Amino acid sequence: MTLLDVEHLTMRFGGLVAIDDLSFAAAEKEVTAIIGPNGAGKTTVFNCLTGFYKPTVGRVTLNHPTGPMYLERMEGFRIPQKGGVARTFQNIRLFSQMTVLENLIVAQHNVLMKASGMSIGGLLGLPSYRNAEKEAVELAKYWLDKVNLTDRADWDAGNLPYGAQRRLEIARAMCIEPILLCLDEPAAGLNPRESAQLNELLLNIRDKHNIGILLIEHDMSVVMGISDHIVVLDYGRKISDGTPEHVRNDPVVIRAYLGEEEDEELPPEVAQDFPESVQKGKGA
Amino acid sequence: MSVNNQKNDMLALLKDAGIAGLIAAALALPLAGFKTFDVNGTLTAEPRFHWVLVAAIVTFVGRFTISIGQRTFFSSFSKAAGSSAGSIGAFIKKNQTTLAILLLTAAIIFPFSPMANRHSLDLAVYVLIYVMLGWGLNIVVGLAGLLDLGYVAFYAVGAYSYALLATNFDLSFWICLPMAGIFAASFGVILGFPVLRLRGDYLAIVTLGFGEIIRVVLLNWYSLTGGPDGISSIPKPTFFGMAVFSRNAQDGLPPFHELMNIEYSTLNKFIFYYFLILILALVTNFFTLRIRKLPVGRAWEALREDEIACRSLGINPTNTKLTAFAIGAMFAGFAGSFFATRQGFISPESFTFIESAIILAIVVLGGMGSQVGVVIAAIVLVLGPELIRELQEFRMLAFGGAMVLIMVWRPRGLLAFREPTLKLDGQDKKGDGT
Amino acid sequence: MEYFLQQLINGLSLGAIYGLIAIGYTMVYGIIGMINFAHGEVYMIGAFVSMITFLVLTMLGGIWLPAALLIALIMAMVFTCIWGWTVERLAYRPLRGSFRLAPLISAIGMSIFLQNLVQVLQGARVKPMQPLISGGFELMEHDGFTVTLSYLQIFIIILTIVLMTVFTLIINKTSLGRAQRATEQDRTMAALIGVNVDRTISTTFVMGAALAAVAGLMVTLYYGVIDFYIGFLAGMKAFTAAVLGGIGSLPGAMLGGLLIGLIEAFWSGYFTIEYKDVAVFSILVLVLVFRPTGLLGKPEIEKV
Repeated sequence: MTLLDVEHLTMRFGGLVAIDDLSFAAAEKEVTAIIGPNGAGKTTVFNCLTGFYKPTVGRVTLNHPTGPMYLERMEGFRIPQKGGVARTFQNIRLFSQMTVLENLIVAQHNVLMKASGMSIGGLLGLPSYRNAEKEAVELAKYWLDKVNLTDRADWDAGNLPYGAQRRLEIARAMCIEPILLCLDEPAAGLNPRESAQLNELLLNIRDKHNIGILLIEHDMSVVMGISDHIVVLDYGRKISDGTPEHVRNDPVVIRAYLGEEEDEELPPEVAQDFPESVQKGKGA
Repeated sequence: MSVNNQKNDMLALLKDAGIAGLIAAALALPLAGFKTFDVNGTLTAEPRFHWVLVAAIVTFVGRFTISIGQRTFFSSFSKAAGSSAGSIGAFIKKNQTTLAILLLTAAIIFPFSPMANRHSLDLAVYVLIYVMLGWGLNIVVGLAGLLDLGYVAFYAVGAYSYALLATNFDLSFWICLPMAGIFAASFGVILGFPVLRLRGDYLAIVTLGFGEIIRVVLLNWYSLTGGPDGISSIPKPTFFGMAVFSRNAQDGLPPFHELMNIEYSTLNKFIFYYFLILILALVTNFFTLRIRKLPVGRAWEALREDEIACRSLGINPTNTKLTAFAIGAMFAGFAGSFFATRQGFISPESFTFIESAIILAIVVLGGMGSQVGVVIAAIVLVLGPELIRELQEFRMLAFGGAMVLIMVWRPRGLLAFREPTLKLDGQDKKGDGT
Repeated sequence: MEYFLQQLINGLSLGAIYGLIAIGYTMVYGIIGMINFAHGEVYMIGAFVSMITFLVLTMLGGIWLPAALLIALIMAMVFTCIWGWTVERLAYRPLRGSFRLAPLISAIGMSIFLQNLVQVLQGARVKPMQPLISGGFELMEHDGFTVTLSYLQIFIIILTIVLMTVFTLIINKTSLGRAQRATEQDRTMAALIGVNVDRTISTTFVMGAALAAVAGLMVTLYYGVIDFYIGFLAGMKAFTAAVLGGIGSLPGAMLGGLLIGLIEAFWSGYFTIEYKDVAVFSILVLVLVFRPTGLLGKPEIEKV
């Protein structure tokens, strides 16, 4: 069943068309990857879906269990709050002066806020709030264990190494208990071993938690390894859409990634700085 | 590492210090190099170039010494200095419970100690008002990361609400106090609502303007506020209806000293005020410590760290900021009520930008978010100039300079440290230390 | 009608002064995205340097007025620029990339510091100066009310136009202007392609300070009284002007300045003079609520 339906999404910044009439769908319990060369508009798609930008034209429908929601009409913070759409960021955005555990508790803000009776019950120290906080810590512990950060739970998030910060951001997004998880280049800056672990984690999330995952990624080992469905963007347009097998063999995609023959040649003064092999593989 | 190299190095340092000295001279030449004064209504200037010379020499020597220190004696001079402030922060952090108990005990014993007299109690009350304001502003600046440069406006709203309610409607202190707080908080909401959805630094300038506007309105709305004359004979508080300040019975109730069977003394009044503000300040403190561990408090800190991430987690940024802003304003309102009742007289002069700046300096020096730090900073910043009268003129100069230096040196505040709001294994432990 | 015309002339001259200060705010905000709270104080320093230059010139025996004006203008610009440069170097440059609130607090600290420094050095009392340029054209007279356009007002308006032209040319035509615009767009990228970012930012502060110095000179001549506190309100109003015109936009700042000047003049002329500052401040809040991009500003795209 489709979880997210994007129709005719267009985003313009002044004269620049960042996304041009993009339509695609993402299904439940599937990993949908959005790939494309740098500047293809992938992050802009995410920003439209998660309410950071208002699309110029288009409709984004989320098939929420409580009924369809039109994300383009919702205020930014309501999309995760009511719609259950979580996301991570290309440049990691953690609460760096707060501890790892606190990061995960903040993610459960709305649940805890209700439990604390809009803070009044919490100020009075009512047991209902204390229980809710215990549950929140339990959920946090579960995800700490999943991303292998239990022993560093009381560290300041900003002091974690890079790979751990990426994992924490995913754990934090999962703590809002989403139905759709949007990951913006989760493998960027990870070494091959960490990438492999990430694959495992994402597949586990998809299968165990029955949620849809939307993924922007450059690391093809991740994309091809776990995607059920791939959408390829170039200059804001969709150029291919299908299974990994289909996309891998699509000539349009190959051209977009490797360029036309004539584009292949670098200017001589640049070319001499590069070994042959790099020139051939550029862009991939 | 040859001698030649060192010589070149030294020359470079001298040159660098020389340039700094020249710049200092250029800066000083027009402003310090001439003294302007009135002679029979005509403005004249008189040279005093020796001031320029002094500025240049001091800068030259200072700059040279610092760079020499950095290069030769201890190569990590600034780091060492940084960590020494850090170690004060760490020291406070490690001993915060002890420190807090010590401060609290001292605060309770103080009025009964031989040191207590009218003057010292008055000073203590003065310091405590700033401690309370510092704690209140700490919610806004330290926790929520909102730069409020007009905090004194809410203090003024509280003071005037109290004064007007008490003088016009004859309400008691204990009814006016919460009302003044609510008034101040409503002002916070009205001002914050349109502005808090915008970029953070707009809030700074709008609050700065608001502080000034409140003062202008208070000065000119003669029929309500009495303009520059202010409001006088503001009623004194009572203790459950009993007069604390008079020798005789009031409204059929015995005066406080008779009931408690203690001898009437004018000092009682000062002690009463002292405890009143102490309790108000402590309420502010306990409120802050508690709310930090609630979802709204954690959301404040999260917003301070990264607003975009907060939105992606479903936190409503505007409302969350608004609560911080309004609660901060409310405590300023309480403090304002107390100020009005203690002084018995208020006028717009007490609510200038300088007050906002002092409170902000207390928070910045104390370390944003650190409760003990605010107490220490308030004692140093308020008591210091009070004790050394000659410093009065230079007080604001020093505050401004200190704010710049502290930001350059330790951007989170001088004595800053942060205690996690919960720990994985110690979550049941009560951490009401600070 | 005559009264209206007079307020119009007064408002435009005042607005030109605000506009010149506003440019400093808008340029700095454009390039490093920060409100330079100390800019009002830089303007105040400009006013003091001009006043002291005039006093020194009188002391030396006095010279031909246009020469005196030119000397004062140059002195004010040179010394105020050094102040502007130093403020950036000491209080802002070390804080680039630091905690979000740090540069703002540093700026407000700098503002307090400069205000009190001038107070300590020159005294807290207002400084009245003999008017240097007097007289003007009488444009029309009706029922005993004369509309005058003083020579001083002409001087202010012409000088403003000249400076605006020069600055627009600098920003649009020179490599310095290109470097500024590049730094504004993307500081890292600008540095990568060889723009000296530190120097470009410093230059921006210096340019802002130069214009503030001119505004300081004008205000010294216009009102004839200055004190150490004038930077606060003028800074507030100029910032409002920058926001009203669209922060980051140079013509916007001047337009905003003129509008603020006009509003202030008409408000004092037709309503209550006491509340003129309240009126200006209310405009700031209204613009921020209803049109945060200002009249000529570009919408800000949030970088996520």
